[in-house]
Amino acid sequence: MYLTDEEQKMLNGDYGEGTQLAMKVLAAIGEAYDAPKMVPVSRTHVALSNQEADLWFAEKLVNGNATCRVRPTVNPSFNLKQFQQITTIDKKDEEIVNRTHAAYNKLGAIMTYSCTPYLEKNVPRFGEIISFSESSATPFVNSVYGARSNRESAQSALCSAVTGVTPYYGFLLKENRTGQVLVHVEADMNDDFAYQMLGYFAPKKIGFDIPVFEGITNPSKEALMNLGAQLNTGGNVALYHILGFTPEALTIEDAFQGKKPAKEVVITNADLKAMREEISDTSGKIDFALYGCPHLTIDQISTIADLVNGKKLAVPLFIMTSSLTRRLTQKMGYMDIINAAGGEIVEDTCMDQPCWKFLYGKKGITDSPKCAYYTKRRDMQFVIAPLKDSVMAALKGEY
Amino acid sequence: MSKQYKCHKISGGKVKGELLFSQDGLCFYLINPKTGEVIEKEHCLYKQSIANKILVFPYGKGSSVVQADGMYQLKMTGMNPAGMIVVNADTTLAASAIILDAPMVNKMDSNFYDELHNGTMVELDADNGTLTVL
Repeated sequence: MYLTDEEQKMLNGDYGEGTQLAMKVLAAIGEAYDAPKMVPVSRTHVALSNQEADLWFAEKLVNGNATCRVRPTVNPSFNLKQFQQITTIDKKDEEIVNRTHAAYNKLGAIMTYSCTPYLEKNVPRFGEIISFSESSATPFVNSVYGARSNRESAQSALCSAVTGVTPYYGFLLKENRTGQVLVHVEADMNDDFAYQMLGYFAPKKIGFDIPVFEGITNPSKEALMNLGAQLNTGGNVALYHILGFTPEALTIEDAFQGKKPAKEVVITNADLKAMREEISDTSGKIDFALYGCPHLTIDQISTIADLVNGKKLAVPLFIMTSSLTRRLTQKMGYMDIINAAGGEIVEDTCMDQPCWKFLYGKKGITDSPKCAYYTKRRDMQFVIAPLKDSVMAALKGEY
Repeated sequence: MSKQYKCHKISGGKVKGELLFSQDGLCFYLINPKTGEVIEKEHCLYKQSIANKILVFPYGKGSSVVQADGMYQLKMTGMNPAGMIVVNADTTLAASAIILDAPMVNKMDSNFYDELHNGTMVELDADNGTLTVL
């Protein structure tokens, strides 16, 4: 693999052990994919998680005096101050949050703590070469904006933030971005929830291929967030196209780069219904409602506020969002409405964090299959339902 | 001369172990770090331990965070697979293996999949891109 003098200096350790480690990792990835060279990145997003491996690697870079050449935005952990008011936080969890914050601060990260950087604070343009981790972010920047990122892990994206480069392979090359399977969507895509199910189900039919969805008109930004997040959870699909809508698929010739689709599949209402039945817990009494995987937008929060306005929730309801959006809900009065009903809006927080221990062993409701998938490890059960239906269920205490 | 297969290095190292085949993709986060057992009910290896095996699977599953953390926790408890053989290595999976110095290869000779089975003792030399039946 060809390295420039500057890249070779990083690899030799001229900039310290941290930068050297970052370049070693990228060089190994480059070799694994037979990349001919490195290319500069202009943006990075790191899926900080304050889990053990995350902290271990970030501190290793800090101890080697690394700092970021391209400062990344970061994913949520949990907001310690807010959760100390909601529940009791174990000392060891408190410590890992503080240590992770300190490590990333030292590395020079921009502490946004949001999994939707593509909506605020880190928005790439068409064709821009970037290194984004986070399973809702990578498909969004690739597919909706037409920026170019591989399906980075938190650590590989952090290595690119430190070095300012990434190996040249995969989705950075135009020919690897071509659609591979034409997906005829015959299901009724009449709400954002349908996109959750389409995203979670599609990989079962298309495997690793890049889908070109046909039959979808004017999806909302929330629908696109949902579609990408679930495609990348149900499978490893970090790039998709929507015919006549996303920038690399305005025509069928563009979408398949002049070739014929190798495969065509049909997805129907029955497919999405069966998928939902497979992954959702059965109906009945619920103990809580949890939203924001990925972080809810101001529009989604206003939908919830309208539904609970002047009412009392039968079970606790939690909304995870970015600190910027939370501040906006304060200004716009949504927070008062939701608090008065018994709901909480929490910032900088992910569902896959130890701050939710008080919900373990209980049954919740959510609109996100991704939320339900990762919390298997944390012994939380979920009914998965459309946003409005699930809020109605939280008002009644059952679905 | 024992039977040998060619493969391609993703993450270096030389290890011995028994082969364990999985038809399904793997999310290392949904493996219990105390026992090495798969906790995903729908998974073909549900309740089986992957500890110290040369694990053969088609692809990784899961977000940009959970593969590294799952592998890290298994490594801390010693319940990690000895080596990994994959078909489709996405960047998340490959980078996690590289960071944790976990031997991993892809592009295995196709007859490997027809000729070898669970429990076969092998040596995986990722650096030289070979797998040898012991």
